[in-house]
Amino acid sequence: MSTTVEQGGRGSMDWARILVSFGPLMFLAALMIVFTLMSPNFIDPLNLFNIMRQVSITGLIALGMTFVILTAGIDLSVGSLLALCGMVAAVVAKGGAANTLSLSAAGGSGYGWFAALLAAVAIGALAGFVQGMTITRLKVPPFVVTLGGLTIFRGLTLTISNGGPISGFDSSMRWFGNGLVGPVPVPVIIFMIAAILCHIVLRYTRYGRAVYAVGGNAEAARLSGLRVDRILVSVYVIVGFFAGLAAFVLAARLNSAEAVAGIGYELTVISAVVIGGTSLFGGIGSVGGTVVGAALIGVLQNGLQFNNVSSYTQSIVIGLILILAVAFDRFLKSRVRR
Amino acid sequence: MASAQAATARTGAKASANEVLLSVQGVSKQFSGVMALNDVSLDVRPGEILGLLGENGAGKSTLLKILSGVQPPSSGRITFDGHDFAPASPEESKRLGIVTIYQELSLIPTLTVAENIFIGRAPVNALGLVNWRRMIEDSRQIIARVGLSVDPRTPVSALSVAEQQLVEIARALSLESRLIIMDEPTSALTEAEVQRLLSIMDKLRKDGVAIMFVTHRLEEASFICDRMTVLRDGRLAGHLDREDGKPVEIPRIIEKMVGRAASELYARPGDRHAPGETVLSVRGLRTARDPEAPHAIVLEGVDLDLRAGEILGVAGLVGSGRTELARAIFGADSIAAGTITLNGKPISPQSPADAIELGIGLVPEDRKHQAIFAELAILTNFSVAALGRFSNGFGFMAERRERESLAEYRKMLSIRMASPEQAIEGLSGGNQQKVILARWLARDPKVLIVDEPTRGVDVGAKAEVHQILSQLAERGIAVMVISSELPEVLAVSDRIVTMRRGRITGEMPARDATEENLMELMALDRQKHAP
Repeated sequence: MSTTVEQGGRGSMDWARILVSFGPLMFLAALMIVFTLMSPNFIDPLNLFNIMRQVSITGLIALGMTFVILTAGIDLSVGSLLALCGMVAAVVAKGGAANTLSLSAAGGSGYGWFAALLAAVAIGALAGFVQGMTITRLKVPPFVVTLGGLTIFRGLTLTISNGGPISGFDSSMRWFGNGLVGPVPVPVIIFMIAAILCHIVLRYTRYGRAVYAVGGNAEAARLSGLRVDRILVSVYVIVGFFAGLAAFVLAARLNSAEAVAGIGYELTVISAVVIGGTSLFGGIGSVGGTVVGAALIGVLQNGLQFNNVSSYTQSIVIGLILILAVAFDRFLKSRVRR
Repeated sequence: MASAQAATARTGAKASANEVLLSVQGVSKQFSGVMALNDVSLDVRPGEILGLLGENGAGKSTLLKILSGVQPPSSGRITFDGHDFAPASPEESKRLGIVTIYQELSLIPTLTVAENIFIGRAPVNALGLVNWRRMIEDSRQIIARVGLSVDPRTPVSALSVAEQQLVEIARALSLESRLIIMDEPTSALTEAEVQRLLSIMDKLRKDGVAIMFVTHRLEEASFICDRMTVLRDGRLAGHLDREDGKPVEIPRIIEKMVGRAASELYARPGDRHAPGETVLSVRGLRTARDPEAPHAIVLEGVDLDLRAGEILGVAGLVGSGRTELARAIFGADSIAAGTITLNGKPISPQSPADAIELGIGLVPEDRKHQAIFAELAILTNFSVAALGRFSNGFGFMAERRERESLAEYRKMLSIRMASPEQAIEGLSGGNQQKVILARWLARDPKVLIVDEPTRGVDVGAKAEVHQILSQLAERGIAVMVISSELPEVLAVSDRIVTMRRGRITGEMPARDATEENLMELMALDRQKHAP
């Protein structure tokens, strides 16, 4: 009597399943075709690499954000954290805050790019740890904790930098932002390696399974013996780490750490993750989706720019795409599940 | 005709004793192939209290949801006050004159008593602003009808559960409800509060209000109800009336509730070999009262032994503490006093993770919220409690081993599914439950606690689940089965304990147990019989 319920998908529903999995990717492809038709230069490899380099900064953070959103959490502080980590990296690279105003690229007095990178990711991870502990121990919702973090980290950044930028790094550090390996920009390589690692972690490890389980049903996860609180803390550490990494790459690329860097990035990052099909309710989503989501936003911005659409209008379009993407996703999933 | 009926209904109980206010005729409700309610009929007349009784899963809540407009029946006819009654929403049902008061009260805790009573219909003055003075005055009168004398300006959150319930009843009265349905209204009340509620119900009856009283408490039902309708397995088990003004006797209710012939679906397996040594031993177990939930059930000193290779049935009604016992042993709730010993060693699990590490498993009662990851693959649902066993030293999942293991259990438990990637929500309740059982089997537990093994499982799969439980015991696992369905307890257990109000009230070998004597131990206070 109950056997009818067991069938997975019927033939007629398969198109919907395919669309659920590959919808964002197909949309991305369609968009690129349209932009190419409108202006053939769009598809030029140089332009494509340019897009990817732009995407890689928010993309890196979006990788971390995928973990957070998979647990049904959110991190609004990433933009400010990026600024803070970048500033710390700059201070380390320049060998102390006293050198902030020297614009010389001479690295003599600094600690080098490696120390700067370590400092950036360590500060990011630490900030994530503190936020994660606040969320799990004090039971404050992630939205509130990271909203607080958003202003706190910005304030810390301004305090450290006295409001101004720290500029002028040595060439070894700048390579991480502007270098090329063959035709491929270094930030793109970093982003791709990070994406592959994140994909492996989420898809093939025990930890990845636990992240999905906690997001899918936290109570069931607890009753299945998962240490839910530890996993929650860990995802904020991960997104903090990526904010630090992105900060380092951004500072290297701009040859400067700005106190006002990353304002509004949290929204771009969350949009990328959500457009990529990750559910804000947790448990559903993938790194692949996030990469596509980030690329989609990048292509959209670039393509609109190519066609001389003002940045004001771009914002409107991206907002609409975000809402439509989620509405479409919901619609398809409701069809799949009947 | 209809209006004449309504007119007489208002004149009072006596004149309309034979009029029917609510008539349910042959109503059925089906959920994805499972009959939750099967051809049920009943009547409620103005000025009477009808008891609606039945074990868990008997179909009471389904019927309530239909009457309160939450869901429509699959078939059958309902008339209210002589008209066809098919509310499209809870609001419509309310407007037509049926108010349902659920265990989970629907008041808004941050608002005052008066605001709650007049929510959505506050009296306004000429300027269209809320006339607070009138609202508070009217509220005072409304709550006086149910004997409540708090200041209407008190926020509801400051009231006790019993007082909140009275506010709900008062609000229902102020809406000129003709029928008030009360779902287990006494389960969270103290003895004195219960008495007060019962006397208010009696007063309302005299005012001509019809009440449907849904309860497990047989003494209360016997004491207050004019008539009773008993449901069993979604069907009508029978009606019971007072005879010569004398209350319906409790044994008669029990007989109807459990049914004479425990259905052949619950065929008792042959006696197993003698159980092994005591694996789990619980002494004087108490749980703390949570100041934020003062009416929650706590364990009041539980002693229990569980032996390898036996199935211990724990029978108890909702609120008896059976689930709390399971959660305390499993480390899900904290323990205030008492000891737990596992294989002779004292243990004190601080979390489910600790308990699982020690070899204890729990299949929780609420599958949807506590056990399954609805949207995740069956594979993940299966392996989630044993991720360590299905991964290598570097933390990578050994997916082949995982799949092979699932395939094995799929065969052993005959789980009907499309593929390991399928989301578990696509399975029937019975197959979901089998996946959850497989989850624990993959860990080779010493002790497995199964809370309501067949809740939401359709009848055919119930027997399969019972058979699986027997197999587990034969493998030497100490199995504790918690259930509010007596036929189930009788069918699967080797030994049975009964619980009531956080205590063990009886213990016997399953072969000596009958539904009648278990029900007595579960439902009756030993100190004082029918009031």
